Amino acid sequence: MEALDEIILLERFESRINAGEKIEPKDWMPERYRKQLIRMISQHAHSEVVGMLPEGNWITRAPSLRRKISLLAKVQDEAGHGMYLYSAAETLDVDRRELIEQLLSGQAKYSHIFNYPTLNWADIGVIGWFVDGAAIVNQTMLAKCSYGPYSRANLRICKEENFHKRQGYEIVATMAAGTTEQREMVQDAVNRWWWPSLMMFGPSDNESPNSAELLRWKVKLHSNDELRQRFVDLTVPQSQAVNITLPDPELRYDKKTQHWNFGKINWEEFWNVVKGNGPCNRERLAARQKADDDGAWVREAAVAYTMKRRMNR
Amino acid sequence: MKNGPDHRTKNVLVEFLFRLGDDRLILGHRLSEWCGHAPILEEDIALANIALDLLGQASALLRLAGEIEGKNRAEDDLAYFREATQFTNLQLVEQPNGDFAFTIARLFFFSAFNNLLSERLQKSSIEALAGIAAKGFKESSYHLRHSKEWMLRLGNGTEESHQRMQIAVNELWRFTGEMLAFDEVEEKLQQQNVIPDLNPIAPKWNEIVAAVLTEATIIIPSHQKDGGQAGNHAVSGSRNGFHSEHLGHLLAEMQILARSYPDAKW
Repeated sequence: MEALDEIILLERFESRINAGEKIEPKDWMPERYRKQLIRMISQHAHSEVVGMLPEGNWITRAPSLRRKISLLAKVQDEAGHGMYLYSAAETLDVDRRELIEQLLSGQAKYSHIFNYPTLNWADIGVIGWFVDGAAIVNQTMLAKCSYGPYSRANLRICKEENFHKRQGYEIVATMAAGTTEQREMVQDAVNRWWWPSLMMFGPSDNESPNSAELLRWKVKLHSNDELRQRFVDLTVPQSQAVNITLPDPELRYDKKTQHWNFGKINWEEFWNVVKGNGPCNRERLAARQKADDDGAWVREAAVAYTMKRRMNR
Repeated sequence: MKNGPDHRTKNVLVEFLFRLGDDRLILGHRLSEWCGHAPILEEDIALANIALDLLGQASALLRLAGEIEGKNRAEDDLAYFREATQFTNLQLVEQPNGDFAFTIARLFFFSAFNNLLSERLQKSSIEALAGIAAKGFKESSYHLRHSKEWMLRLGNGTEESHQRMQIAVNELWRFTGEMLAFDEVEEKLQQQNVIPDLNPIAPKWNEIVAAVLTEATIIIPSHQKDGGQAGNHAVSGSRNGFHSEHLGHLLAEMQILARSYPDAKW
């Protein structure tokens, strides 16, 4: 009897999704859907928070007051994105603390891209251009996903990311038109970030274990490869406009398909970084762990103070 | 400048604007160091917000100083191409962040001061300064409220937070005296009616701080005659370019890129 109910509920759930309706927190949903969403939303939230570190690395060295202010504002926006996303995840009956502990224990993942170091100021421009650019392609899709709270969080995030991307590209364009050293910095940053940025969309669909189910339930609407191609098609003309070379000798335009073909991605590198062996995995987690440890007494004090005030009322 | 100050007043005004701008630049810089490392995400956001306000004020103040000075120095020239001894910010704001209690107590002390000062500077005869102060007054009211709430939480929270807050207040107290002491720069500007009388700030500041520390169950470091602000190895001289050793390191980091490529535009 219960199994039969479940089948009916699942049919109804899937037909709502097919009709383009949003699923809201109190609606029935299959356990797998809930689990997949928690995994995705929390990974996304963790990525925003860990993503504060590589860019935060340059706040104190930004070369002008205007750049310092806009970088700090950008990193602050990322903290804000982390907050909406943790809140979106909390609608699925899991709390922020639990998710943070999963991040710190290494059980939960975050985007592999933030395990690369920021080595010169141009990295700040290139991250805005590539990493935020890639995130926008992905999040524009997620803003249409079937889960209401996640869809709305992405809608808001996309607006801000667009601004970040423009800001990043403007840094790149300014430096690319600048001194010889500045051009070298940009080219160096582009060489280091291009391939990892392409990896951000995840493995090819035939090797992505979660893809089929996520597509069926409209958590995702496009495959990883489709999104990656869209990003490449958008970015190549932008690189030409600032006269910067993307580090791929196989990059060429296919008139028939109207897409840019690109070379082979080194998936071994990707999996290696995902497994924890990237250049900065240890540093990133150690920084999050330190902030969490150093902040423990502050959080305890805040709770104790609230309790005392409640008791005195 | 229409009805602008005479030449001598102008130099003093520039000096005063440097003091204001440098305080906000250096504290904004220090607070920005927290971004990504705060005890909770909400506080990453709040501290970044306050840092952004201060950096915005600093930028406007230094720009104005440069304009009045008339030596073709923009705000970035002033922020990135002066030496430590040419900065006239308070030693209070250049101190390393310490723990969260230290950061909050320093922010509270400065915000109470900034709020009282901005409130008065809104009445400056220099329109641009009055405008910056009006914005600063609104912003510092929020900074004051935010830091006050944390003073109470930490002071009354757990035994550990109470202890840390007491230590922070004790450590910071010696930096507050020079913050409240004005010299011939402010006096001269007041005589020329460029700014109102700033002398009421010190007693008001002591009143605000005493009330919050009492509510936070934190002992006021000293009830000596001078409030302890002049005694206890109180620091002085920042307003004339005398600093702790911390400022040089802060500037080395802040200025590295701008100075390494002085011809570059960013």
